[in-house]
Amino acid sequence: MNQFQYVRPTKQKAAIDALAKDANAQFIAGGTNLLDLMKRGVIASQKLIDINRLPLTKIESQNGSLRIGALALNGPVAEDRLVLERQPLLAQALSAGASAQLRNMATVGGNMLQRTRCPYFYDTAMPCNKREPGTGCGALEGINRMHAIFGFSDKCIAVHPSDMSVALVALDATVLVSGPKGDRRIPFNDFHRLPGDTPQKDTNLEQGELITAVEIPDAPFTKHVSYYKVRERASYAFALVSAAAALELDGTTIKSARLAMGGVAHKPWRLTAAEQVLVGKPATEETFRQAAEVAMQGAKAFKHNAYKLKLGPNTIIQALKTAAAA
Amino acid sequence: MKTPEKQIGARMNRVDGRQKVTGAATYSAEYQLPGITYAVLVGSTITKGRITSIDTKAAERAPGVLAVITHFNSPKVPGFDTAGKDPSQPATVGGPIKVFKDDKIRFNDQPIAIVVADSLERARFAAGLVKGQYAQEKHQTSLEAAKSQAFLPTSAKKNPKHPMNDYQRGQVDAYKTGAIKLESEYVVPTEVHQPMELQAITAHWEAPDRLTIYDKTQGTMATRRDFAREWGLPEENVKVIATYVGGAFGNALHSWQHESAAIIAARVVNRPVKLMLTREQMFTMVGYRPYTWQKLGMSATPDGKITAITHEAIGQTSTFEEFTESTLAQTRMMYESPNLTTRYRIASLDVNSPIWMRGPGEATGAFALESAMDEMAHLLNIDPLEFRLRNYTEQDPEKNRPWSSKFLKECYQLGAERVGWNKRQLKPGSLRDGDWLIGYGMGVGTFGAHRGSSKANIRLLPNGTVLLQSAVTDIGPGTATAMTQIAADTLGLAPEKIKFELGNSNFAQAPTQGGSAIVNTVGPAVQEACLALKEKLRTLAASSNAAFASAKKEDVVFAEGYLTLNGNPAARVPFADLLQQVDGGFVTVESKPQGNASKNYSMYSFSVHFAEVRVHALTGEVRVSKLVSCADAGTIVNEKTAGNQMKGGAVGGIGMALMEHAIIDDRFGRYITKDFADYHVPVHADSPDVQVAFVNKPDPYVNALGTKGIGEIAIIGVAPAIANAIFNATGKRIRELPITPDKLLV
Ligand SMILES: Cc1cc2nc3c(=O)[nH]c(=O)nc-3n(C[C@H](O)[C@H](O)[C@H](O)COP(=O)(O)OP(=O)(O)OC[C@H]3O[C@@H](n4cnc5c(N)ncnc54)[C@H](O)[C@@H]3O)c2cc1C
Repeated sequence: MNQFQYVRPTKQKAAIDALAKDANAQFIAGGTNLLDLMKRGVIASQKLIDINRLPLTKIESQNGSLRIGALALNGPVAEDRLVLERQPLLAQALSAGASAQLRNMATVGGNMLQRTRCPYFYDTAMPCNKREPGTGCGALEGINRMHAIFGFSDKCIAVHPSDMSVALVALDATVLVSGPKGDRRIPFNDFHRLPGDTPQKDTNLEQGELITAVEIPDAPFTKHVSYYKVRERASYAFALVSAAAALELDGTTIKSARLAMGGVAHKPWRLTAAEQVLVGKPATEETFRQAAEVAMQGAKAFKHNAYKLKLGPNTIIQALKTAAAA
Repeated sequence: MKTPEKQIGARMNRVDGRQKVTGAATYSAEYQLPGITYAVLVGSTITKGRITSIDTKAAERAPGVLAVITHFNSPKVPGFDTAGKDPSQPATVGGPIKVFKDDKIRFNDQPIAIVVADSLERARFAAGLVKGQYAQEKHQTSLEAAKSQAFLPTSAKKNPKHPMNDYQRGQVDAYKTGAIKLESEYVVPTEVHQPMELQAITAHWEAPDRLTIYDKTQGTMATRRDFAREWGLPEENVKVIATYVGGAFGNALHSWQHESAAIIAARVVNRPVKLMLTREQMFTMVGYRPYTWQKLGMSATPDGKITAITHEAIGQTSTFEEFTESTLAQTRMMYESPNLTTRYRIASLDVNSPIWMRGPGEATGAFALESAMDEMAHLLNIDPLEFRLRNYTEQDPEKNRPWSSKFLKECYQLGAERVGWNKRQLKPGSLRDGDWLIGYGMGVGTFGAHRGSSKANIRLLPNGTVLLQSAVTDIGPGTATAMTQIAADTLGLAPEKIKFELGNSNFAQAPTQGGSAIVNTVGPAVQEACLALKEKLRTLAASSNAAFASAKKEDVVFAEGYLTLNGNPAARVPFADLLQQVDGGFVTVESKPQGNASKNYSMYSFSVHFAEVRVHALTGEVRVSKLVSCADAGTIVNEKTAGNQMKGGAVGGIGMALMEHAIIDDRFGRYITKDFADYHVPVHADSPDVQVAFVNKPDPYVNALGTKGIGEIAIIGVAPAIANAIFNATGKRIRELPITPDKLLV
């Protein structure tokens, strides 16, 4: 771990200015990801700008949406009454992540910006284009059990590890950011990037930009929802594959649906084509199977992750079944 | 006065439980000696080759740095030139690498430098500045690729009686011509011990020829011997303290390079040095359960009599030590099979040396044997429990002699009832609860009931309490608690009046804690020491009190403040009088196995584990919904701590069955699982409330206490019980651990 400066501004503008000025600076929120990466030498920030004193922790109802501050903590958000009532899918996804201790430190903004858990990214003695562009992708021909089946490139096959983001992309959330050039709103599906030739860039956030909140539009997905996460133990493990499913049912007919997958791509993977398969159909296993089939179109496996071609659709079916039965 | 209740068998709380849960217990990295310094190790980034240079300049200039030691400037360690030549060296052939002695790299993350600074943070920062340059050579870290070069261990080649030799009874490989037969291959991957407490040492040269180390070790005396030898010192000049050990599972059965490195560093900076490995270094700088490939062939008659078994194993070792373990031992003695062949081989890889991990080789071997038993039962269409009963051994078929005791049938019965074995269906995939498939499986375990020799020190203190001391460590089973109970019953004294001190090489000689042998071995020494103290006091009392002169030592009773006699309360001598006459020192007693019992009887502990699992039909997720472990471990000294041992072993077995897997990317020779986010062990939600039952019948031959040992049989057989239950639930036979969801989907 390198030595670094540490500042703790109380004003949003001061925080943004501090970051904009210094290419080697980073915000630190809960620190649950950043500090690990610094200890491993993956990231060597010269300056940490602690944003925990900024007033960005509120969870509030606005006209037509729920707004969650970037510094709201994962644990409390998952247990928040408004969130449970209006966006239970998000609560489920948050609760499926990490451990109670981590969720009580981790923030909503930090969660979406957490880096991949690809072991080649984490080990500075191994090649990784994301950590050190041009060194090659260690996972491409390495141990790629956990890796992508969608949207990868020959430069990077890592997956995004966040559970929360899978729910947010399904729920059409918007990321609110504030930067040196002012404020902007980024639709969640455009927030994370595919690796392409620049796997070092996880998101479309620009230098100096601060996430201030996420907004989730009100929608009729308050009952028939399920975040189903398959992992190698009952709790406290990253997903092999996960699926977020939200259904609006009219009797047994699906009126509208939202569907996304985690653990399969460099970003949370929204499945709009599969959603369309569901709409207007009865909520049966057969319908879910058809949607899962469409969802998997274009998937391609590597040496060690072929199981995801089967686990993917099965997890979607399981999530939809659970959602329909909820 | 009423005599205290019997303590052996009581569910007594741990005598050191309070210290442990309140943080008052001091572990090896917690000794804040005056002038303490902090060290961090730098590991090689290549797997095999030579160090051509190490740039230490930036590290040396970094704030607070006291020394950067590499093979270029490391002081001469006298024992490094003679090590490995001593015939009394451990079971392994070869020896550990001598740290910082030469430029050779033999495994990835081998220590190449140690940085010492005045704070941990500064040492860690400076360590990050050390850069090695290497001349790399081609390495091999895959056992699958090296299998063809596997060889018979040297220990077996040299000694035809060595248990690592090929074993034969009846005809060779007779299963091949059997009427009903199977032949399967099994893999147990590399697993790491990763106890909660990291490996840590605080090294302190109290004088140029006097070394004290506070060390995470399972054997204070073995560690003392190793480092006395390394530094050419008489053993009494080296003191090893390990009062508390935060779990070990075998990881601290060996002296590792980091210990040597810390001692060298303390010598160089001439101040005490504290070194704690990181969680990542716990994968690389210490041992692990070796990746082992096995093949098992079995034949049987249609009515379920095994006619032949051939069991072969190849385990990995390093290029510098030949590590071996008893992978095939259970196969030779567990079932009546007139024809039986075992062949054990090892293969050298460019990795660090393995070291026994709980249940060691037997747990690996039992995965193959007990899976194959289930496979054969399925082939024969016989209930697996019934199949085991049809091949039950009433005496040891390997040594052709009786068991010292064996109550495995009782264990079968207890376990089958508790798990609800009668619900098990012969046909796999028959039971279902919604999306969850349900299955039942069993696995048997056994481990030698070893007993060695040991001493114990005992002393009566002025306040009427008794102090006992032993060099033994307690890696978690509750050694001090069990010894206190044994002493309480032998002395007839309340446990609160007894203090058992351990974990110091200056105390009475005791073996390394491992191999389930401590209660068997140290227990009798404690018992005999108590009797010796009573006898001594009786003799002293006799000089002032005639009744004591003719009394037997067994009749001596401790009361409040005085000594009295059973059945003669009038006879009493105050402790104060006796203490004036005792020289104030310890009585030391040595206890050894007596007679020919170990030649005439085969001594083993036995266990059986029954699992009920639920497997998700779509996702392949496995949940162990019930786990019942039953043991024949002789007398149970403390059902609470013994039950705790069994539960811990069972949870370890869940990890072995379902998740533990340390993976090396063979292209680089580096682990890609380096922390608890990648290397999974069970969390609470993975473990049901494990049910434990003991037969609790004394063994008449192992020792006077009747104990047989628990630590290993707690895990041996758990993984196959779960694998067999998964087969019963799904019809899928997974022969390569761990059984992760991906394997159940294909
Ligand atoms: C052992 C372990 C297990 C885990 N398991 C899971 C799991 O199962 N599922 C899961 O989803 N996650 C898991 N996590 C990850 C965890 O969710 C993240 O570490 C956490 O959400 C990060 O939040 P933080 O506030 O601590 O971020 P930090 O570590 O403080 O920051 C992360 C990054 O975000 C940036 N950042 C933070 N806030 C802002 C902001 N407002 N604006 C702009 N940039 C910002 C920082 O500069 C940094 O680059 C696990 C983590 C650990 C350590």
